[in-house]
Amino acid sequence: MVATDYYLIVSAVLFTIGVLGVLVRRNAIVMFMSIELMLNAVNLTLVAYARQFGSVEGQVFVFFVMTVAAAEAAVGLAIILAIFRKRRSTDVDDASLMRW
Amino acid sequence: MADGLMEFVTFCITTAVAIISALFVVFHRNPIVNAVALVLHLCCIAVFFLLLSAPFLAAVQIIVYAGAILVLFLFVVMLLDLRAEMSRLRGSGGQVVLASGAVAGLLALLGIALRRSRQTFGLDLSAGEGFGAPEQVARALFTGDMIAFELASILLLVALVGALMLTQAHADPKER
Amino acid sequence: MAEMIVESTVKVGILLGVILTVVAYLVWAERKVSSWMQDRIGPNRVGPAGLLQPLADGVKLIFKEDIIPINAYRPFYLLAPMLALVAALTAFAVIPFSTSFELFGRHIDVWIADVNIGLLYILAVTSLNVYGLILAGWASGSKYSLLGGLRAAAQVISYELALGFSLIGILMVTGSFRLHEVASQQAGGFWHWNIIAQPLAFLVFFVAGFAETNRLPFDLPEAEQELVAGYHTEYSSMKFAMFFMAEYTHMITISALTVLLFLGGWHPPFFDLTSMGWSTAVVALAHLGVFSVKLGFLLFLFIWVRWTLPRFRYDQLMNLGWKVLLPIALVNIAYVGIGIALNLPWLGGFVS
Repeated sequence: MVATDYYLIVSAVLFTIGVLGVLVRRNAIVMFMSIELMLNAVNLTLVAYARQFGSVEGQVFVFFVMTVAAAEAAVGLAIILAIFRKRRSTDVDDASLMRW
Repeated sequence: MADGLMEFVTFCITTAVAIISALFVVFHRNPIVNAVALVLHLCCIAVFFLLLSAPFLAAVQIIVYAGAILVLFLFVVMLLDLRAEMSRLRGSGGQVVLASGAVAGLLALLGIALRRSRQTFGLDLSAGEGFGAPEQVARALFTGDMIAFELASILLLVALVGALMLTQAHADPKER
Repeated sequence: MAEMIVESTVKVGILLGVILTVVAYLVWAERKVSSWMQDRIGPNRVGPAGLLQPLADGVKLIFKEDIIPINAYRPFYLLAPMLALVAALTAFAVIPFSTSFELFGRHIDVWIADVNIGLLYILAVTSLNVYGLILAGWASGSKYSLLGGLRAAAQVISYELALGFSLIGILMVTGSFRLHEVASQQAGGFWHWNIIAQPLAFLVFFVAGFAETNRLPFDLPEAEQELVAGYHTEYSSMKFAMFFMAEYTHMITISALTVLLFLGGWHPPFFDLTSMGWSTAVVALAHLGVFSVKLGFLLFLFIWVRWTLPRFRYDQLMNLGWKVLLPIALVNIAYVGIGIALNLPWLGGFVS
């Protein structure tokens, strides 16, 4: 029986790896993948707590997080595709027209 | 006893693979390798869900996340035909050091938060047998959280329409 | 604990042996049946009626030269066929082949794992199949392969939806994801079979099953006349054999699922074998025989359709998957829902 603490530590580590990915990579698609890493770490935390407190609401919440992640991935990738058509680059440093 | 040992060994192996694949997602140059590493990571998370008495979520994770969302990512990466050189790490060495420092700080913050708030989760769980089975999750979804369920389906419809609108090739540049 | 490990290992070993042999002989069956349909003889030189032909093919494929193109991305190039085969084989862990029985005082289940998400597990594992296709297409480093891989992936994920939706009607009636429960609810004669109660679901499932396994009429991704050989153009010898084995294994999975979900599983169409007074082991064996006969018929149907129908064009294929099969599956769900509310007797068991 692995204690809930261990799952929380693993989730924290994965979350920070995701944050590192968003900060360090400049390719928009890979930044999206790092966001998915973060979302999955949070899902792990939710499920660990759901088991600890015996509440299935935690798992239902994870279900909705997955749904929202799917919607966000679809729209986000559509935006990246649209930008790529204009600029031929997915480098986020190039999409800086609105910077002062 | 042997049950607990097998669970612990599975946990350790899955943690190692999850962290290594997460590092591959973040640090490898080739975006397709990133995507495949993310698939492996998602399968590890699904194994974690299985260890945490959430079999329905594990199956949904693989069907939805690994089997659909990541396929979408792979399609986009292949259609954009990204070269490996286009995915270099950001900027100068200084920026990477700063980012790593910020991340270390975040990790320390999370560790402190964990320490402060811990109620010393022992080995006594409130989850009984058959917790996380599809019947239980379905009952909660279709009775208590019905509104959220319907709103989620509307959200998906909006996302579908939005993605279609955004990626339509504008044949005539004069009309929007 | 150790006893469970030994039992599972033995079952896995038997299952792998049986499945891979059936796959090898499916190749023989395909060549023979196609030859009969085309008014020729087919393989008849190696062994009696060509029965050792799969062995000869296997030996040939092992000894063939193993070519890896220069532009190929080696890690994924080598991983893709393994992924395809593993994803196809792992689905068999929850498929029950017969009823459980008692032998020398031990209770033996004729399936490897009894998880409470049985059918969802199969859907999850078969949705990982698509990565074998995509990675093979991309990692081969050739345009034909990439196009073939993307087309195959788009086809597979489109029909996965129709496949899943057609199963919802069955699940509503059964109330459980476990496959042996779905099968045991169809006992007592062929009028209890789900194919009679939900013919639309059967139609959608079977057609989507053809598309999932990339079999004609849906085999555009590997069409010989169109894309050389699609995503497995650049593969030679054993890696190509692994793709082939994965395809036939997937065929067996879809056929086994159809038998369990729609054709009454291991129950014979007219009488009930459990009321014969035989011991449970003999009953299990008889049930296994019935299951195998139904499975064999469906596999023959796969082969028959392949050599009869022409191939779909890509836009026709996508049209069929999204605009025809998906609405039909939704109509079926509505029909089952109304049927359960009105307590229609022919739908079978009901969820309380």
